Amino acid sequence: MEESIESGDADRRSDRLGRRLLVERLSSYWLRGAGYFAIGLFCLIVLTLVHRSLPLLAEYSLVQMLTSANWDPSQNQFGFLPAIVGTIYVAALSMLMGTPIAILVAIYIAEYAEGRLKVIVSSFIDVLAAIPSVIFGLVALLVVVPFVGNYLAPAVGASATGLGIFTVSLVMAIVVTPFMISLSVESLEALPDELRESSLGVGATKLETIRSVLLRAAGPGIFSAVLLGFGRVFGATIVPAMLIGGQTQMPDSLFATGQTLPTLIVSDFGELMSIPITQSALIFVGLMLVVVVWFFNFGAMLVQRRLRRRWQY
Amino acid sequence: MSQQIALRTDDLAVTYTGNRNVEALKGVDVEFPENRLTAIIGPSGCGKSTLLKSLNRLHDIQSNVDVSGDVLLEGRSIYDTDEPAPEIRRRIGYVPQTPTPLPLSIYENVAYGVKIHGDYESKSDLDDLVESYLRKVNLWEEVRDRLETPAAELSTGQIQRLCLARSLAVEPDVLLCDEVTSALDPISAERVEETLESLKTEYTIVMVTHSMDQARRLADEVVFLYLGELVESNDTRSFFENPQRERTRSFVRGHTIAETDGDETNENDAEAESEPADEPVPAER
Repeated sequence: MEESIESGDADRRSDRLGRRLLVERLSSYWLRGAGYFAIGLFCLIVLTLVHRSLPLLAEYSLVQMLTSANWDPSQNQFGFLPAIVGTIYVAALSMLMGTPIAILVAIYIAEYAEGRLKVIVSSFIDVLAAIPSVIFGLVALLVVVPFVGNYLAPAVGASATGLGIFTVSLVMAIVVTPFMISLSVESLEALPDELRESSLGVGATKLETIRSVLLRAAGPGIFSAVLLGFGRVFGATIVPAMLIGGQTQMPDSLFATGQTLPTLIVSDFGELMSIPITQSALIFVGLMLVVVVWFFNFGAMLVQRRLRRRWQY
Repeated sequence: MSQQIALRTDDLAVTYTGNRNVEALKGVDVEFPENRLTAIIGPSGCGKSTLLKSLNRLHDIQSNVDVSGDVLLEGRSIYDTDEPAPEIRRRIGYVPQTPTPLPLSIYENVAYGVKIHGDYESKSDLDDLVESYLRKVNLWEEVRDRLETPAAELSTGQIQRLCLARSLAVEPDVLLCDEVTSALDPISAERVEETLESLKTEYTIVMVTHSMDQARRLADEVVFLYLGELVESNDTRSFFENPQRERTRSFVRGHTIAETDGDETNENDAEAESEPADEPVPAER
């Protein structure tokens, strides 16, 4: 009698074990599937873009399109150079304006600000980062555009309406700086206090410690913050679309109107997508964007890994 | 016994303010004689590291620490003084518990403080300085061919000796060492101990340690803290052989029993005893 109860228990336990192991195995399939889904999605997007770009690439020379300044889809002129140059201008200029400020603010928050002030400053940074970029565009239309058009551009001897590459760069710098600050603060605060104590312990000042030790140790993190910011500016759509002036021409000054790769798609896709070859051209623009952004992320990862291995922080 | 006093504290009290106040040190008077190695011992959370860091104003970098009382270096206050904190910290060097390479080459790690203070004439002068301090910590032979490689590539034991060289290179009067062997394997720990042994006639060294054995082996003087208060300080021989206070007796005895029990448990004790960096919690239940 007792034996049969015991063997019943054992059966139940082994049944249960079998079910538990089945669930375990199935869930690993599920989770793997979810992971592969992300990869599949990326491949699908790239393949679609490539496939739909082929008609354009079959008909026109790639080199010629990349170096031609003439963009006139109705005349079958597909020169991408103005948009490429515009994109590079905007990305470079906003990083030039945003990066130093981001690093300074990050140093202030991570190393100097104390107590309540630190909480207040960093929560404002987070709030800024959470504002939808279209709001930045709207406010910029009301404030930055007149300022640049009426004061700044005339002051440096350029004539401008206020819409254009400089305005876009300035506003994009404001949009991405909070992101770069948050990420940089994180990498500074992740450094062990022993690092600060070691440097201060041989008589270095706070600034010397920050400059020669902390910025170097947090370098990989700050570097990737800057590259992520760069990626955001590169792919930014709404702010440039609102503020760049939308003229596909080679910019002759920083205050000139122009076009970036994303705004080229946005401004033309409504009316021109119905013409197959134009559609193909715009999709090719999208492909270029994806490839460049991917390259940047990949490069950032490689450099970061290298630096991190070198200093081990 | 008429030993020169390099460093002494005067009613030194440290309180961590924050969500709750923790009195880590409650009015400690202790003397550190010149060119001797003084070990600070005591159970976890007794204020050892707190005491050490207040000896060269490292608490200045934390906002939630109140220091009262005073620390006197060669008779002069390091708190109530016009002398800037960086200069005080140059004279009272500090080596943290975790082996911490600066993100620089081996050479630059040693040269770091020297370069900041500008205490050298020429490049070759600096080269000589770096070599002599690396020799002083018995590291030169191991790294002479790879001075330009990142310091992080060294083993932890080598890094800890490099940290000693870095601190010594700015010619401090006093060297503070916070459990410098606790993160190391036994062999590396032994090398670091040998280095300290060879340094202690030349420098005033104050060392926090969790290991009674280490204190017994290395120290000339022992300071015993318990719950933020000084229980007893004496030269090592008297401290261990003839403790004056009941609490010292039971602490010494307790540890002696634990340490003869077996080395493995002792290793674990070492892990458990390493203090939290900023908010020591009193161990009393």
